[in-house]
Amino acid sequence: MEEERVVQIEDVEFSLEKEELYTATQWQLMWRKFKRHKLAIVGLAMLLLLYILGIFCEFFAVYDPAKRNTSYIYVPPQRIHFIDESGKFHLRPFVYGLKQESDPITWRRIYVEDKSVKYPIYFFVKGDKYKLWNLIECDRHFMGTKEGYLFLFGTDESGRDLFSRTIYGARISLFTGLVGVFFSFIIGCILGGISGYYGGTTDIIIQRIIEFLISLPSIPLWMSLAAAMPKNWSPLKVYFLITIILSLIGWCNLARVVRGKLLELRELDFVTAARLAGANDWDIILKHLLPNFSSYLIVNITLAIPGMILGETALSFLGIGLRPPIISWGVLLKNAQNINTIALQPWLLIPGIFIVITVLAFNFLGDGLRDAADPYR
Amino acid sequence: MQLSYLLRRLLYMVLVLFIMSIFSFIVIQLPPGDYLTTYIMTLQTQQGPIDTAQIEALRKQYGLDLPIYQQYIYWIKNMFKGDFGWSFEWRQPVGKLIAARLPMTVVISILTLLFTYAVAIPIGIYSATHQYSFGDFFFTVIGFIGLATPSFFLALVLMYVFNRYLGFNVGGLFSAQYIDAPWSFAKFVDLLKHLPIPIFVIGLSGTASIIRIMRGCLLDELRQQYVITARAKGLEEKMLLYKYPVRIAINPIISTIGWVLPGIVSGATITAIVLDIPTVGNLLYTALLSQDTYLAGSSIMILTFLTIVGTFISDLLLAWADPRIRYT
Repeated sequence: MEEERVVQIEDVEFSLEKEELYTATQWQLMWRKFKRHKLAIVGLAMLLLLYILGIFCEFFAVYDPAKRNTSYIYVPPQRIHFIDESGKFHLRPFVYGLKQESDPITWRRIYVEDKSVKYPIYFFVKGDKYKLWNLIECDRHFMGTKEGYLFLFGTDESGRDLFSRTIYGARISLFTGLVGVFFSFIIGCILGGISGYYGGTTDIIIQRIIEFLISLPSIPLWMSLAAAMPKNWSPLKVYFLITIILSLIGWCNLARVVRGKLLELRELDFVTAARLAGANDWDIILKHLLPNFSSYLIVNITLAIPGMILGETALSFLGIGLRPPIISWGVLLKNAQNINTIALQPWLLIPGIFIVITVLAFNFLGDGLRDAADPYR
Repeated sequence: MQLSYLLRRLLYMVLVLFIMSIFSFIVIQLPPGDYLTTYIMTLQTQQGPIDTAQIEALRKQYGLDLPIYQQYIYWIKNMFKGDFGWSFEWRQPVGKLIAARLPMTVVISILTLLFTYAVAIPIGIYSATHQYSFGDFFFTVIGFIGLATPSFFLALVLMYVFNRYLGFNVGGLFSAQYIDAPWSFAKFVDLLKHLPIPIFVIGLSGTASIIRIMRGCLLDELRQQYVITARAKGLEEKMLLYKYPVRIAINPIISTIGWVLPGIVSGATITAIVLDIPTVGNLLYTALLSQDTYLAGSSIMILTFLTIVGTFISDLLLAWADPRIRYT
């Protein structure tokens, strides 16, 4: 008796699920499949977190990223403690003060924890004044100490807080990817659309251009273009030029996807119907054809962003991409260029870990989206 | 394979190089000023003001007084004679500078390519035949991380790890005492010791993506019905795997040389700069920074040439490996 009832309930649930499946829209179906992809969910969560950090970087940074502390140069990352020297547990985490000493052998400046002073870490603490998005004046920070210093990732050669700089760098580096992909998307859709929809000679010419661009080694090409940039340009101009340079090659793959899909779709009846109804070519491409494979476009865009981020960091790292005072992860890593610096100050490599995590998250997300968008899986 | 296809491909290569030569020349001329302005500034700081006649003489000597298109024609004409121009900064013929670095660039690229395939194909086969096993999972994770790590960052991390834990400096291709020494067996051994790290750094991302492709292709192939038939007829598992599915799955891999090679040249450029390896990419970098026109232009040309020739060879290989592909 008991067993039978269980079976019945399962049956009802199953058919409910089935009914939902039949009535679900295409996007709902994709979301169902996407949710099953654990890594993609993790990737999505990581990216949301990183982008929130980037968007509100002024708030999440502990200090003004340009603030120099000449008495705290090359401080190693501070450890956060819960248990103090006497073994007592504190609910509010704290850091010890810093004492400057010199290494008995090399005479280098080193910092040791001064166990006699404790600086508890507070949330929503008052700190350096800033203007959120250059609009809202504020002085609250997500976390910080009321006195003393909090250097979670250590400091650089002028005593600037690396944690705050990494957070500010997130804004620039993450949005370079988006802006670059936006340009690639526009170029890719227009040229791929023309190529696939009209076919013929136009198609051949555009395909040859794409083959040509893909066969070129990208870094040397980017390098020569970036080096051609006048040295006295404003940071904003430099930023846009770099993203345009990056999208110069980025659009090729997108154009190929668009073309392939259009070639397939333009023969279908609904296109003929639209044409008979008097729609012009652009209306057909933009209103009837593009929405048909928007899911493929989203997948391709997601997978194109990491390439842009890697390109920007590589160029900035070499000193021919973004330049200070702009803060990006590549610019930050430029400080860690030679072995002497890295050997003594390995924490300068931390921004690189953020690059790896971001690209990894984008790849996971893109993989999940690709599986979800593929109706045959 | 038909001769006309070969000829057409060769013609196409020449066209690409021609476009690239114009492009690189224009790009290099874009920044305001030229090498001479920098040079004159250093002269002025060293010897005080120099008169305009001297500047004009210098301009003439370097051919910088001509309009750009004439400079370009002059450059191209000489290139056919084997003269790539004069490097202002190194005060040496460009041809000589590039020739000194070209062998090492080619060697590193080819070794990286071999490393990529030698590592990626067996791992790809293993991952496909042991799908969802621990090994498959392990290589998938490594592969994703390999794709996500910029080569320069990997180089930096390795530099740190080797310096910190093994007390070994990974920069350069030779130990200090061998840099200017003539070739000898000891120098060769020293080179072999220095090569693995750059090759690993440059090859990692390519390896990671080829593992993914190989795994995917082979999995698709293993699901085919002929595999089931062969197994049903009692063909030995090893024979079954290597005789058909692996051979078919390798075809797309061969065609990947077309984009793996540009990636390797790119990766090699930036890795060479970080690890201080004398390659053409490294030369290009310094030339771009000092506006050394002819050196930068010729370096871009050589790098493009290497890439295109590599792609061409991969196409020939593909035609040879897969009898189903016909070129008309």
